[in-house]
Amino acid sequence: MKAIVTSFAVGLALAVSPLALAAQADDDLSYVLVSHAPDSDSWWNTVKNGIALAGDQMGVTVEYRNPPTGDIADMARIIQQATAAGPNGIITTLADYDVLQGPISDAVASGIDVIIMNTGTAEQAREVGALMYVGQPEYDAGFAAGQRAKDDGVQTFLCVNHAIQQPTLVERCQGFADGLGVELGDSMLDSGVDPGEIKNKVQAYLSTNPDTQAVLTLGPVSADPTILALEENGMAGDIYFGTFDLGPEIVKGIKSGVIEWGIDQQPFLQAYLPVVVMANYHRYGVLPGNNVNSGPGFVTADALEKVEAYAGEYR
Amino acid sequence: MSEASTPTPQEDERIKETSALRQALIRPELGGIVGTIAVFTFFLLTAFNSGMFNAAGVLNWSTVSAQFMIIAVGACLLMIAGEFDLSVGSMIGFSGMSIALLSVTFSWPVWLAIIVTFAVCIAIGALNGFIVVRTGLPSFIVTLAFLFILRGFTIYLPQTLERKTIIGGVSDVAQGDWLAGLFGGKILGGLFTWMGNAGLIGVFERGTRAGDPVVDGIPMLIVWAIVLVIFGHVLLTKTKFGNWIFAAGGDAQAARYAGVPVNRVKILMFMFTAFCATVFATCQVMEFGSAGADRGLLKEFEAIIAVVIGGALLTGGYGSVLGAALGALIFGVVQQGLFFAGVESSLFRVFLGVILLFAVILNTYIRRLITGER
Repeated sequence: MKAIVTSFAVGLALAVSPLALAAQADDDLSYVLVSHAPDSDSWWNTVKNGIALAGDQMGVTVEYRNPPTGDIADMARIIQQATAAGPNGIITTLADYDVLQGPISDAVASGIDVIIMNTGTAEQAREVGALMYVGQPEYDAGFAAGQRAKDDGVQTFLCVNHAIQQPTLVERCQGFADGLGVELGDSMLDSGVDPGEIKNKVQAYLSTNPDTQAVLTLGPVSADPTILALEENGMAGDIYFGTFDLGPEIVKGIKSGVIEWGIDQQPFLQAYLPVVVMANYHRYGVLPGNNVNSGPGFVTADALEKVEAYAGEYR
Repeated sequence: MSEASTPTPQEDERIKETSALRQALIRPELGGIVGTIAVFTFFLLTAFNSGMFNAAGVLNWSTVSAQFMIIAVGACLLMIAGEFDLSVGSMIGFSGMSIALLSVTFSWPVWLAIIVTFAVCIAIGALNGFIVVRTGLPSFIVTLAFLFILRGFTIYLPQTLERKTIIGGVSDVAQGDWLAGLFGGKILGGLFTWMGNAGLIGVFERGTRAGDPVVDGIPMLIVWAIVLVIFGHVLLTKTKFGNWIFAAGGDAQAARYAGVPVNRVKILMFMFTAFCATVFATCQVMEFGSAGADRGLLKEFEAIIAVVIGGALLTGGYGSVLGAALGALIFGVVQQGLFFAGVESSLFRVFLGVILLFAVILNTYIRRLITGER
């Protein structure tokens, strides 16, 4: 048993020391960011880098928490835990309003300031008593993308959904369909998160539905294997390909012409801005008067330089 | 003659003397007890001022531990009976979704939705058990199949019926329902209001609930966990059926020769595991007011981990419900405690693995002491 305690203590010391070094705060402000993303979702690395940078620049302590499997009920427990620990502020996503509104309102009532980032709406953020919402309205972003594709002559599409249990991703597909002015119907593919499976499912769908004119992917998780699938079946560069979010492979795809556009919701801003806003609010009492739309921004082959340099890190 | 006919009771040389202390110490729960003490000592030292031991903090890790306990009790009894259930997590997602769909989409009364869901899920548990005992296939494979089957339905049904994968609005329809309160309600609210007023626990600082205590009662989830642990412990250690569970998991063939209805025991344990998973899901749906297709992912492993930390043997025939409950407590306290201690959350799994490994090594050592095996 002693061995357990010792190894535990050593491990903890190792784990805590970098945090202790990073925090050079003079007024000891601390913020916790709680996301709904499972460990496997690499896209959130940008968010981690975003809060880390903001924490350094503002001289505040920041921590990132997430439910390892992406289970929203587990996320509610993490928010309750953060509330009990009593940081100055909590930055969180509102992935499922029913589940999270209780814990978040409790945090607000306990005197902890909350900013909603990424998932959720400005309306919901106001209802739970959050200071503001920083993110990209998902349905609107999908709708804008659909309109753009419609102008480019698209009528049929495949939406590769790698996390069909998340309503926000379904909204992107639904928005895209509505923007095109067609029924979503069977155009949404439940691909799962395994790259091999995604690749095979996309190829299978495209060979059984040869009249598909466009592919929409919802993030690097589904986009990267879809690029491979299209390169393999010879449709790369031929089929109209748009995607949500950016990543190294997506940027390469845009550069080589395989992908028409990527919708950047700029997750960096979603993590960075709340820390800056809250630190200034807590220090000087200043607060912007409105919500912040961090996206959508369409990234095309023009002006890719910065995006390329920081893809996966800050972009 | 008279002396010989009434021999003084002699010490039976077949019975070995053990000291009272040794007898008190050598029990399957020992690993769990030592682990619990160690974990609490550790966090009292490292995270005492982090809010972990204020009212909201205690409620937080207690709730998480209670969640683990509910599924660990079922998994523990089933594991002692010599079988596994890998479909627990999917069953949680499935039963939660079933309640939400029946009550919200089909507008059934919530109590009926809950009862029907329990019936369906226990029947699926029975089917799991039936296939296992009839085919003789490892339960690992059979329940792995149900892991996928149930998860598939959990995504397909709401997607087809409602075109979404999270069904909300259960709180509205469950308002005032007599059975819903049994899963999502809270007890001892008056006590906590009093403690809040007396300044013993924190109160909300602002908003419409300013002045109310931060903890306004003990969730039914925790009550269910305690009831299930007591039920499981009594069943296993004080009844004939409990002996049958040990016998079925220890050596099924020998148990059959001795007249133990092994198949019935195993099927009943599969049904009990399904029951526990449904209790978990019902409490969750009633508390949060919605069911999601991704609920309960990997919970089967969390249940098994809690049971193993608690000293049960993966091969069956040995274990303790109290041990499993302590395992669940350790698991819950460590999981939330690491957050309180400010540990980088990606390292959480590292600690989990380390604790699991040490717990198993410790438990193996204790078991050898008890059974005398080498």
